[in-house]
Amino acid sequence: MANYPSNQFKNGLKVMIEGDPCSMVDVEFVKPGKGQAFTRVKLKNLITGRTWERTFKSNETAESADVMDTDMEYLYCDGEMWHFMDPQSYEQVAADKTAVGDAHQWLKEQDKCLVTLWNNNPISITPPNFVELEVTETDPGLKGDTAQGGSKPAKLQSGAVVRVPLFIEQGDILKIDTRSGEYVSRA
Amino acid sequence: MSQLWRATAPLNNLRKRAQIFAQIREFFATRDVLEVETPLMTSAAVSDPYIDTIECRYHPLPGQQEQSRYLQSSPEYAMKRLLASGSGAIYQICKAFRNGECGRRHNPEFTMLEWYRPGFDHHQLMDEVEALVAPLIGIDRFQRISYSALFRQYLQLDLQTATVQELAAITRQHIDIKMEDDNRDNWLNLLMSHVIEPQLDSQGAVFVYDYPASQAALARIAEDETGQPVACRFELFVAGVELANGYYELTDGGEQARRFQLDIAQRQSEGLPIRPTDSLLVDALESGMPECAGVAMGLDRLVMLALGTEQISDVIALPFDRA
Repeated sequence: MANYPSNQFKNGLKVMIEGDPCSMVDVEFVKPGKGQAFTRVKLKNLITGRTWERTFKSNETAESADVMDTDMEYLYCDGEMWHFMDPQSYEQVAADKTAVGDAHQWLKEQDKCLVTLWNNNPISITPPNFVELEVTETDPGLKGDTAQGGSKPAKLQSGAVVRVPLFIEQGDILKIDTRSGEYVSRA
Repeated sequence: MSQLWRATAPLNNLRKRAQIFAQIREFFATRDVLEVETPLMTSAAVSDPYIDTIECRYHPLPGQQEQSRYLQSSPEYAMKRLLASGSGAIYQICKAFRNGECGRRHNPEFTMLEWYRPGFDHHQLMDEVEALVAPLIGIDRFQRISYSALFRQYLQLDLQTATVQELAAITRQHIDIKMEDDNRDNWLNLLMSHVIEPQLDSQGAVFVYDYPASQAALARIAEDETGQPVACRFELFVAGVELANGYYELTDGGEQARRFQLDIAQRQSEGLPIRPTDSLLVDALESGMPECAGVAMGLDRLVMLALGTEQISDVIALPFDRA
């Protein structure tokens, strides 16, 4: 694996820190007029999701991490693992609960997800920004209430529960923003 | 075609920059301070261990009889030789060059304003820095706090008693860093740049004065009100940005030569490049330089603060990666 000297650090660089792959979120050169130079880096641990700041001396290096973001299709969940396929190579990978994290509630079969691989193993799953999911359970809709405020919970086919307007019916297909977990519109 | 040919600074920022430069020149003209120029390409390099000079080569004949020259990292030595030559009050706006200093607030080639005031001490010079800077950045209130009071206030730390081990321990509480170092000033600088400076962000303009004697650089050393030796040095921070560094200047040639030797020794022990020190400065001090105070200010940063921008490339037309 290559080593990057601290003067080549930049946003998005993937490096190994204490055994975990991390991504550089923000890189700043710090040098008082008369003092030593340092590189202050905001890092995100790609396994745990923790972000923190670490300061590197000018002669320090960081080992590169073999991390790759790949577009993959979600296939199915066997109850324990979530399975994805690279639509080009048809290669399949299985992600565990830690890697999938909160993304599981937005996964729909055949949707394209971003799978982050470290040494070819999935370590995190990013669902599409918007997904379309069917309402499997909600209180009956209130007719004529399309304009007014007010909301109610609705359970979606993926298992997620979101707040939706009162006029939504069971069987409706909804567009959801997965970044905020919020209802956008009827699809 | 790439877009690297294009200027990074918006034209309005360049207009503001030109306007500020004109205001600075007017400020010094009304105060009878003479504008001067000194060499950018010098025979000696700065001694400060953590400033790396950019070396260039001069050839009396093309490709032959090579001589090393150094792009100046500050016009300080040369301007002091002018003072010793009888110039009186002087200022200069010039390019300064420093290896490796490239980032959000650093460009390896940057613009410096430096001026010297015979008969002033560092407190009088702080008054003048304030008079120059306040209208340019639109801040009227300038705080003044000593280095030791600053560390007491922001870190509850007593610098008179704190050991290197304690400084290292406190630094590690605040900063995730792998560092072993016996040099007390390196820990102090880390605390200053990583812990205190960010907190000064909300404090407007702050002069920090009476630095530790070990960080005197070219300032004279005096006793503070508690009898501790301190450097007659100040820095100005605006919105957490290090903007200016000034001294009640050392005028003792022998002491100057001794400090050069200390810097060389530190460079040797840390494996840093050794370059010729400026014996002409020592000669100038020995022949007699007037008592004076001097200050250097980063003009790119001053323009950044006037415009409220975060990137030095917003105020330099063609920064290093497009130079």
